[in-house]
Amino acid sequence: MEFFLQPLTLVTFFPLLGVLLLFFLPSDKKNLLRWTAMGFTLGTLGISLWVLELFNAPNPHLQLVAKYDWITVAGWNIQYHMGVDGLSILLLLLTTFLTPISIFSTWTAVEERVKEFMIFFLMLEIGMVGVFLAQDLFLFYVFWEFTLIPMYFLIGIWGGPRRIYAAIKFFLYTMAGSGLMLLALLGPGIEGKTFSLPDLISSGGIPTNTQFWLFLAFTAAFAIKVPMWPLHSWLPDAHVEAPTAGSVILAGVLLKMGTYGFLRFNIPLFPQAAVDLAPWMALFATIGILYGAALAFAQSDVKKLVAYSSVSHLGFVILGLFALNPEGISGAILQMFNHGISTGALFLLVGMIYEQTHTREIKVYGGLWKITPVFGTVMLIVALSSMGLPGLNGFIGEFTILLGAFGSTAINNPWYAGLSALGIIMAAIYILTMFQNMFLGPEGSIVEELKKRGHVLRDLNRREIIIMIPMLIFIFWVGLYPKPFFDLIGPTVDNLVAALQTTTLALP
Amino acid sequence: MRYTSTMVMSILPEILLLILGIILLVIEPFWKGDKRRNAGKLTAAGLFVIMALSIYFGRPNESTMDEVVFGGMIRFDWLAFFFKMMFVFSAAVTALFMMDHEILGKRGESYIMLLAATLGMNLMAASADLVMLFLAIETASIPLYVLAGFTVADKKSTESGIKYLLFGAMTTAVMLYGFSLLFGFAGTTNLYALADQVVTGQLPLGVALGLFLLIVVGLGFKVAIVPFHFWAPDVYTGSPTPVVGFLSTASKAAGFAVLARLFIIGFEGNLFPLSDLAYSWASILAVLAAITMTLGNLVALKQTNMKRLLAYSSIAHSGYAMIGLVALTELGMTSLVFYLLAYILTNLAAFGTAIAFERVTGSTEIKDYAGLSRRSPGLAIIMLVAFLSLAGMPPFGGFVAKIFVFAAAVQVNMIWLAVIGILNSIIGLYYYLNVLKVIYLYRMEGEDEESHPIPLTRPYALGLVVLSVGILLVGTLIAPWFGFSNEAALNLFKF
Repeated sequence: MEFFLQPLTLVTFFPLLGVLLLFFLPSDKKNLLRWTAMGFTLGTLGISLWVLELFNAPNPHLQLVAKYDWITVAGWNIQYHMGVDGLSILLLLLTTFLTPISIFSTWTAVEERVKEFMIFFLMLEIGMVGVFLAQDLFLFYVFWEFTLIPMYFLIGIWGGPRRIYAAIKFFLYTMAGSGLMLLALLGPGIEGKTFSLPDLISSGGIPTNTQFWLFLAFTAAFAIKVPMWPLHSWLPDAHVEAPTAGSVILAGVLLKMGTYGFLRFNIPLFPQAAVDLAPWMALFATIGILYGAALAFAQSDVKKLVAYSSVSHLGFVILGLFALNPEGISGAILQMFNHGISTGALFLLVGMIYEQTHTREIKVYGGLWKITPVFGTVMLIVALSSMGLPGLNGFIGEFTILLGAFGSTAINNPWYAGLSALGIIMAAIYILTMFQNMFLGPEGSIVEELKKRGHVLRDLNRREIIIMIPMLIFIFWVGLYPKPFFDLIGPTVDNLVAALQTTTLALP
Repeated sequence: MRYTSTMVMSILPEILLLILGIILLVIEPFWKGDKRRNAGKLTAAGLFVIMALSIYFGRPNESTMDEVVFGGMIRFDWLAFFFKMMFVFSAAVTALFMMDHEILGKRGESYIMLLAATLGMNLMAASADLVMLFLAIETASIPLYVLAGFTVADKKSTESGIKYLLFGAMTTAVMLYGFSLLFGFAGTTNLYALADQVVTGQLPLGVALGLFLLIVVGLGFKVAIVPFHFWAPDVYTGSPTPVVGFLSTASKAAGFAVLARLFIIGFEGNLFPLSDLAYSWASILAVLAAITMTLGNLVALKQTNMKRLLAYSSIAHSGYAMIGLVALTELGMTSLVFYLLAYILTNLAAFGTAIAFERVTGSTEIKDYAGLSRRSPGLAIIMLVAFLSLAGMPPFGGFVAKIFVFAAAVQVNMIWLAVIGILNSIIGLYYYLNVLKVIYLYRMEGEDEESHPIPLTRPYALGLVVLSVGILLVGTLIAPWFGFSNEAALNLFKF
């Protein structure tokens, strides 16, 4: 019993109760199914707030640790080992926060096979939360792989016309990367006789040459997940075909699993390789920033535009992480959170209009602001937050990252930061062009067409406004007063960087 | 020869199997018509009881493991016991699956054959002598030849029965030739005595390994590794599906049990470090393992028939299991045993669903599975569990099993083999997902799945639920099963 009452175990496996309950509910009572799923995700959110309450921010070490022997026979030492620290607390909260919001957004969007949808969604939440809390390589890998299954079905069953292609592409791409990671994590696990991450880090002493290869293998898995240029080609397909709730979770949380992986595993486990390869990571990040932004500008499908903007924004996160200094890493963690909020909100808004018009072509829209003023205003705020307007959340993250990247001795080249700053300007261009084309100017052809079918474009309804309000709160909160967020991550990051400096030679 | 209680205990499951068979023979003729299904019930229940009794009374312990039983013919150790329990379990589940088969289910003979084959497999896992081993292999094989061709009215079944027999006879002959040469060189048929001779140099290692190659032909046929796999797809397609389920799990595991014992004994004293010769020999087998999984997976990609797909997938799985074998370490053997445990549960579940589907629709084509998730959500979920476990996804048994065999390869620095294994599991994932795609993402023609339900009869439901729970337990609790596998594998290294 003690096992189940650990806060971190509870927050991970609480949705499992929902899954079991949903199995036994009749599949034609759609509202009952929806509210049950909603209740369990809200419950999980509640537990995660309890975790936040118990979390002691100034302590840089793992907290609320739950550690039990799992496979400790025949010389193996695999543990059920969960813990939370400054690197993961924000991502935990982001996950438990976005899941109920996504479910709430499916009220009218998902009418078919509601029961299965909710079951897969709750299973996805277990996997995601587990990924952010697991402190044992083996356990992490289990959760990491586990998230693929529900996401495959969410895209494949409830997605758009090319959903099956997209679902399989998503699955195979990710598996290809995680295969290499599996190989790499078996090495230290067998050599070091433990899979526990803190133990492996503190024992140190992976030879530099081995570090290099293991770093690359882990990078394969994480870079595909992020996705970093040039491994990003699964993302636009998956995003475009996924149902709205799936896109929100995909952009909001699943991509963060990749960047989080870099932070949690690559940097502390292979410090020398991380320092040596930091310029290369920065190079790829910068290419990703510019390439993603350029492609986003060229898209005619608004969901694709947001997808490519994710490639660009996550480039910033990678750049910040491999600056390997406190500013860069804290900025990157905050930016992960920000990107989850802003891009999640963008996908939600796109989904809300798509539900009415069934098209995502930018050129058929126009003059929406006049017809749907509330929708237009919310969209403007979210769009500005996504392009990094000062006073909103995106700015804080990107600014801190650039600050870190400029002063980074690991990257040791201010050009990367300089070119990346260009990415912010490009973001302003594609976001504002999109906004102008869709919301300003003369009425688009879609309005006429809908009228012919006897349908008038309506503004956001009460449910949709309720969904958007918490997102807007975070957009302003982080933008105007980010201190509480930095306080959560700061101590752990300082500790991580200090450890880096003692274990590697290159950093002064 | 003096009687000891160990003698009875060491063959307790086999004695009970024989008693069950006799009871069945006596009672079965009195059941007519619909009552004939009782034969299946009796067999399945009997087998579960045998399992329980053996686990309660017939476990080996430290003192019995060193004891030479029946003049050294068999060993009474954990390795044998663990495998025996796996065979009895899969026979019980197979009996459940046979009950509602049109022909198998109505004939008492089919159950007798099943029991006889199980008895043979049990002895295979326990034999420590070439003569005993050969007898055991034949006892296991002949009933399976009969079962493969059991539906005489169906030409395909007859064909597959004959094919299986011819291939089997051929490869067994080669193996027997190997046995006789071994005896000729060493003058003994006892495996452990043979091993001693290898250690002392009386029997040159080169000769022993060369003769092993002949033996591998026979066992390679049983476990369907390339290039001895040609029979598998045809026999799997033609034979009655419940029989195929048994063939692809228990029979394969029995082959691996013998291989494991032969290997470790053959390499005794040469293990750490491996002599060059033994090492190059292990490398040849490693290459075979790599080819086996690659070929199995690549050909499986193209299959449109469920039974053929499962046939090639089971060839590929022999390849994965071989990784554990060729590592020739404690971890390798443990992972092999664990792999077989997970594989037996998973593949039986996969075949069980195929059987249940075939019984209602009469089809084994994959495209006919479209819309299954609406026609029968329960069956679809079990297929999901089985196929994801075959593909090696958590939290199912197949996932952990794969990780352990790859770990075994990494531990002995056969990184290339682990890489090939991982690449293969990605290929495998693709075609397993393709099946799940048809089941979950496609709709039936006409989109009126609700009016074409697929009812599950009680025995199927029971068997499938037991198997899925088993797959989940193996994949999540892990430690106890891994502990048993380790216990079994350790016996190989104790003499």
